Parts: sequence; structure tokens; C-alpha cells
Amino acid sequence: MSLNTDFRDADRVRALLAAMTPVAGRVAARLGRPLQIMEVCGGHTHAIFRFGLHQLIPDTIEFIHGPGCPVCVLPVAAVDQAVALARQPNVILASFGDPLRVPGSRGSLLQAKAEGAGVRVLYSPYDALTLAKAHPRKQVVFFAIGFDTTMPGTAHSILAADRAGIGNLRFLCHHIRLIPTLTALLEADEVKLDGFVGPGHVSMVIGSRVYAPIARQYHKPLVIAGFEPVDFLQALYQLVLQLDQGRCDIENAYARVVADTGNPAALQAMEQAFESGVDGHWRGLGRVPGSGVRIRAPYRHLDATGLLAVAGPGKAADDPAWCHGVLTGRIKPDQCPLFRRRCTPEHPVGALMVSSEGACAAYYQYRPEQDHPEEARRD
Amino acid sequence: MCLGIPARIVSIVDADAGLALAETAGVRRQINIALLAADGRAPSALVGKWVLLHVGFAMALIDQQEADRTLALLSQIEQREWDES
Repeated sequence: MSLNTDFRDADRVRALLAAMTPVAGRVAARLGRPLQIMEVCGGHTHAIFRFGLHQLIPDTIEFIHGPGCPVCVLPVAAVDQAVALARQPNVILASFGDPLRVPGSRGSLLQAKAEGAGVRVLYSPYDALTLAKAHPRKQVVFFAIGFDTTMPGTAHSILAADRAGIGNLRFLCHHIRLIPTLTALLEADEVKLDGFVGPGHVSMVIGSRVYAPIARQYHKPLVIAGFEPVDFLQALYQLVLQLDQGRCDIENAYARVVADTGNPAALQAMEQAFESGVDGHWRGLGRVPGSGVRIRAPYRHLDATGLLAVAGPGKAADDPAWCHGVLTGRIKPDQCPLFRRRCTPEHPVGALMVSSEGACAAYYQYRPEQDHPEEARRD
Repeated sequence: MCLGIPARIVSIVDADAGLALAETAGVRRQINIALLAADGRAPSALVGKWVLLHVGFAMALIDQQEADRTLALLSQIEQREWDES
């Protein structure tokens, strides 16, 4: 399969840019300002900078980097819970690599590991079952985070652990649902935007149909995009065409992976393991109604929140206020006074600098011109 | 963390547990196919298929026909740009 090369082809990129530029120019002229497009997913933010698309896309299109990186919105209190559990004797705290670096009020999980806490990096939540079986005298806690893409993996692992009767495994779940998060942003009217580039991998789980209210109720067009340069530009072109034609539809430019109905088995596993509609408190976003989940009652014996009474409550959150500005598109990462000064990937102050998919980390890594602001002409 | 990786399913390791061997960029590893196989599909029917892998789970089949359709659509844009330039 040559999908990667097909969707990275330079001629296709050039053709899409050539087609898009005059249309975007026409719409921007009509609006009297650049188009404001939010790419919801951190994977897209990363792709824009990694492939240098920010240098190719016309100035008439401006990106607002959305809240779709679960590591970036992971609240201090959640990190504190995980650190407190990791520091308990006889506990192995396992998680993906990225959450381990997120700063809490008493350091990150990596710092806890350096101080002797039992912390392990896993590639998949399903590997936590193997880890628990291999360490029968330890309590294994999987710190599960992520949007709807990651949730089915956690859900399946919870159901499988229940079936296998594994007694020394718990899940500390801080998952987020995408649609309530988007709806909250639109309800709060905090972001001024013309349309969305929809997240490809969340959409392969939830499907394209569920976005209908974004177009119908909030009158914003959304086009689902994959993560190769051609995928992203194709979606952006379709979005610009919609705006030019005054249309407002949900379109899918990643049909090779995303079906209208998503992945029914994944949705069913999520529904079985999790209760949705729980209010969430996220870093930089504050309270987002209905965006959180909790493990359903039949699986409560696998819920690590039961262990937290011993660990004690976390300290109040103290996120840098600037993170909120970046997440809602009010400022660009390099407009934050901490950017590159106090906040770097080596010593992140805010979580947007922790994950490689975070807007601040992407700016830091791929925009060296920002070292010389006098040379920066874009944005 | 949220990145998905295309991988090709090479063989079934344990059909009941939903475990398969998949290859991506020349590297083979065990993955979980339960969320695709549960969709009324025999696990063995997945061998040879390309899937989108996320946190160790095959989460979607990659549809070659849809990929070809997208590329065909793109070639129309390329042709138009060529004609107009």
C-alpha cells in the first residue's frame, strides 16, 4: 500500500494550494479579515508544523489551535491523584508516555519515578492486564486519559479485566468526550471562528454523523481530515469551498478510515464500561459540562478512584492563565510571556508544552524563526 | 499519544482474546483486534487487511477503494489547475 506516499505527494499538495488560495482570498476579502479555522485535534496542529504547512497555506487563512490534545487539558488535580497513588507502597502506576511528564502541583509522575515510585510506561491499556498478572503482589493502576479515540481501548481493557477476574488492577480514568467539549466552546462563544477541521481519529470511533448539530445548531462547517499533508489540505480546501458558497455542512475528507457510523463495536464497549455526561474540569478550559465519564457500577471494583481516599485530595489547580488564552485561540503560543522563557519542553509550566501535539510544543519545535521575531512575517 | 498508525494484519495469535500480529514499517507486534472482530467479522477475515492502529487496538479498517476515490477526486483538481495555468 502506498497510502503514505500518495497522501504526501508534492504535486498534489501544490495543486490543492493553487486551488485553495484564490477561493480563500475571495472569502477573506468579503469578510474583511482572514478566515479563522480551528483544527480541533492536536495531531493536526502537529502535522501543520511538522510538514511546514503553516509556511505554504495562504495568509488569508488563520489557524486557531483547538483543545483537542488530552494531555494538554489534563488537570493538575488528575496528575496529583496519579502521583499520590504512585507514591503508595506496593503500587505500580502505569500510563502512556506523555501523561508522565505533565506537571502536577507536587511534580510529575516522571519526577515521582525518579524518587523511587513505581511508574511504568505502557503502549496500550491492554498491556496493563499482562502487567497485573506478572505482579500478583502489587496493585497495578492504569492512568487512562484521552478523547473518544483512546476510550474504547480502556473500555475493552476494563471489560476484559472483569471477565478474567484480575483482582489487582484498577483504572484511574480521566477521559474526555469530544462533542460536549466542542459544544461548550461554541456555547461559551469564546472563540470566533468560521469553521472546523474535524479530528480524523476521534471520528473513526464516533463517526461523522454525530457532528450534525455543529452545522445545524451552531452554523459552523466541519470537514473531517486525516493526518498526511494531502489529507489535511483536501479538508481545508473543502472547508474554504463551503465558506465561499455560503454552505454549512459536515463533510468527510478521510473516508478511507472514517465511516458515517464510526466503529459500532468500539462505541458499544465505551457505553458498556462508561457512564457519560459527567461534568469535567480541564486544564485551561475549566468546567466543561457533560464532557467527563465515570466507570459504570458493575465495574466499580476496577475503578481506582476508590483508592484515592487513602491518597488524599489534590491541591487546588494552579494553571498558568495564559494556557486558557491559547486553548481558546485568544493568543498564539509565542504571545505568552512564559513561552521559551520559563516554559520549555524540558521544563514545561503548562501542559500545552508537554505533549508533542500541544500547540506550544509544536511552536517551540517547528518554528525556530520565533527565535528571531524580527524575521517572523507570518501569523 | 493520539496518533494512529497504519498497520497490516499478518496473522491471528488468539482469536478468542482478539489478539493478532500486525506489521508496520517492517516491525511486527501483537495488537488487539477485538473492536473490529466484534463487528460480526471472523478474525481470520482480517488477515492481510490494513487497519488504523491506536494505543494497541485496531480501530478502523483502511478502505483502499475510498483512498482511490479521494485520490481520483484530487487528480481532477490537479488537472483543473493545469488547464487554468
